[in-house]
Amino acid sequence: MELRSNVPTGPIEKRWEKHRFDLKLVNPANRRKHTVIVVGTGLAGGAASATLGELGYNVHAFYYQDSPRRAHSIAAQGGINAAKNYQNDGDSIYRLFYDTVKGGDFRARESNVYRLAEVSANIIDQCTAQGVPFAREYSGLLDNRSFGGAQVSRTFYARGQTGQQLLLGAYQALERQVNAGTVTTHGRHEMLDLIVIDGVARGIVTRNLVTGEIRAWLADCVVLASGGYGNVFYLSTNAKGCNTTATWRAHRLGAAFANPCYTQIHPTCIPVAGDYQSKLTLMSESLRNDGRVWVPKNAADATKDPRTIPEADRDYYLERRYPAFGNLVPRDIASRAAKKSCDEGRGVGPAVDGERRGVYLDFADSIKRLGKSKIAERYGNLFEMYERIAGENPYETPMRIYPASHYTMGGLWVDYNLMTTIPGLFAAGEANFSDHGANRLGASALMQGLADGYFVLPSTLAGYLAGFKAPKVADDHPEVKAAVGRVTERLKKLTSAPKPSRTPDSFHKELGRLVWDECGMSRTADGLKKALARIPALREEFWNGVRVTGSGEEFNQTLEKAGRVADFLELGELMCIDALNREESAGGHFREEHQTEDGEARRNDEEFSYVAAWEHTGNLSQPKLNKEPLTFEYVKPSNRSYK
Amino acid sequence: MSKKLNLTLHVWRQKGPKSSGGFVKYPAQGIDDHMSFLEMLDVVNEGLIEKGEEPIAFDHDCREGICGSCGVMINGMAHGPRKATTTCQLHMRVFSDGDEIWVEPWRAAAFPVVKDLVVDRGALDRIVQSGGYVSVRTGSAPDANNLAVPKTDADLAMDAAQCIGCGACVAACPNASASLFTSAKIGHLALLPQGAPEREDRVRRMVAQHDAELFGSCTQHGECEAACPKEISINFIARMNADFIKTAITATTDLKPREGTE
Repeated sequence: MELRSNVPTGPIEKRWEKHRFDLKLVNPANRRKHTVIVVGTGLAGGAASATLGELGYNVHAFYYQDSPRRAHSIAAQGGINAAKNYQNDGDSIYRLFYDTVKGGDFRARESNVYRLAEVSANIIDQCTAQGVPFAREYSGLLDNRSFGGAQVSRTFYARGQTGQQLLLGAYQALERQVNAGTVTTHGRHEMLDLIVIDGVARGIVTRNLVTGEIRAWLADCVVLASGGYGNVFYLSTNAKGCNTTATWRAHRLGAAFANPCYTQIHPTCIPVAGDYQSKLTLMSESLRNDGRVWVPKNAADATKDPRTIPEADRDYYLERRYPAFGNLVPRDIASRAAKKSCDEGRGVGPAVDGERRGVYLDFADSIKRLGKSKIAERYGNLFEMYERIAGENPYETPMRIYPASHYTMGGLWVDYNLMTTIPGLFAAGEANFSDHGANRLGASALMQGLADGYFVLPSTLAGYLAGFKAPKVADDHPEVKAAVGRVTERLKKLTSAPKPSRTPDSFHKELGRLVWDECGMSRTADGLKKALARIPALREEFWNGVRVTGSGEEFNQTLEKAGRVADFLELGELMCIDALNREESAGGHFREEHQTEDGEARRNDEEFSYVAAWEHTGNLSQPKLNKEPLTFEYVKPSNRSYK
Repeated sequence: MSKKLNLTLHVWRQKGPKSSGGFVKYPAQGIDDHMSFLEMLDVVNEGLIEKGEEPIAFDHDCREGICGSCGVMINGMAHGPRKATTTCQLHMRVFSDGDEIWVEPWRAAAFPVVKDLVVDRGALDRIVQSGGYVSVRTGSAPDANNLAVPKTDADLAMDAAQCIGCGACVAACPNASASLFTSAKIGHLALLPQGAPEREDRVRRMVAQHDAELFGSCTQHGECEAACPKEISINFIARMNADFIKTAITATTDLKPREGTE
């Protein structure tokens, strides 16, 4: 497989403009003759569908939820970055570009990141014009806040519901096109396979989740905006339905999967309360501005009421280990430090499976210094949310937090046009790997989703469609029938395991626990090998013993789950293979063998400054590694230090 | 730290839109009071699957109170007894050992049952399609700070924009009206200068679509506001009505279907 990134040359600030000029255009009268399939209606998919529809293409948008407004982008709390420099504090496109490349630990493509920073300002203009109610100052102009350790205030926000408001903006733009007749929506439809004809993506196979109908949809190109794969861990901050099926099915047909080991763990989530736990809830990172993180010095104090533990017996481990940044160290560092404390047996909160996984986030000092009303003003809604879930009042007793899987930087490999290694198949938003390298900075996921959907795809897709010459195909084409056949066959297997004994969730939990332990916050060669030995066996047990009630010809949520778990069982193995291959620590990927004496990540630029793009070979345990070398012309790789 | 509850559930089971449904009794034993309501249903469902019985179908996704997927009537209350709380954020500690809990889908002519507790809320999408947007072309927007918006207006717009489209307002309303939902979108956009050019047209189109979807009219019961997990105020219904009445006098054109965007 040849990886052609198609990155333009020349000065970085001119590359996107030059590239857009070089891309061919589709005449307005010809656009409606082109059918485009978009899978997913989050920020990337929703924005792409709306914009492509508005341009005049014939768009079909698919989503598994009942309404396009429910995609998981809706849950993003904090904000969206843009290099507007409204605060006159020295921000610029170049600085946002620089921060993002550095924050990604020098594992992203410079040209892509620069383009992202460049269009960031247009996103804010677009969303404001749509009526997104961003926070404003008394002047009536837009407010900003600082976020994720950036030294400038470039984050735009709508209370704690920025993702919701941006998504509703895209959703409304999408529904406007539905009304205009350019976009057709297909809710409660799940993509279960891709149709590739003569090496080119030509459509998808879906299951209608209400009736169970399996059918093929044909098009001139396909966009996957189906999100990340964080639910491989079973417990994550993702929505329950988030899955890798669309991207994984594409991978199996030839789309390279890039850097699957780059997963982001968010340090401030509400800990697991019991084995029934179904998902984890994130608490905004802003809490670390006023909360102090600690665990008892002695494991024996883990079950005591924290208020009775004297100062001398508390270990404020972030302040101790990172005096310069203290409680505000970046996400990956805060997460690993919490894990270390709990591994030492000093975790707090209820024991689940015999372990206490939680650390305190204590506001007592801030309340004493600023008063309860000031803290309530800053975090009132978060405290209320915590109280609702944990049943404890954080004004009186310290919050308990623990890291959780939150975002996946890896995804389908795409070139500068966001096209995968299958011509005609594009990937956007969290589904691709492109802009965040090994670690994503806060408030940049929303930026990337909307950049891809509103601004990048509409140009690059036209470039592809203008040269599109493939013959028309119909449902009776052998490849179409084969794809439908594959789906039908697989569903039949899922509903008729030889020895049905375990629920899909029980397999998912077992896989999640394994991948979390061995390929989560920190990884070792031994642990990864252990996981790699277990996953294929677990997969076999799954196909032999999964219990799915009901049939495929009806509304069947157990069957939906089973199909998703089956794909996670394959992707989980690739994650571990990638993590084992990457003999370095970079961003969200921390290999214990590769750390400095004081426990910090050690990158290996000599050998690993590349994108690992894995190719499916037919043998899940032996994928082929393709490397796209990364070169840094503008931001020279340096070591991150937060001491 | 946690308590265990033994409960009796009466859950509405219905095969499909055309079939008739009824309550089925399920014991829910040893329920940890830290569980969310949906986690309690998960536990019951795992038990059903293990016995080879069909689990209870219910809509859910984010489980953090923002996607609007979940929502059932719990003891006759939309999203259950706790104020400003979606079903997924309702925790079992609000119940007591020995409680009987009645669980039903949203009931409204405009929300046909798909299966068990799952309903079709497509009518809400169609109301938005009829005009719940600003017709701005991607790429044509002026600089975001070209237009100042008074902070109080922006904040009030945000109060309305928080609607998650769950449908609890409809389920709680004795008339099954979607007035709170519809007025929240109308109110959000009417408060911002970006929404002004289409304001008159928008209220007429959205109200017409609301009525066409078989939602009832608002007769000021206030049940919607009480059930709303985002505490959206019924003042927005008053604002919608005021705008709507005004258009009866000031509208300059007939309401014609919009064609394309060209």
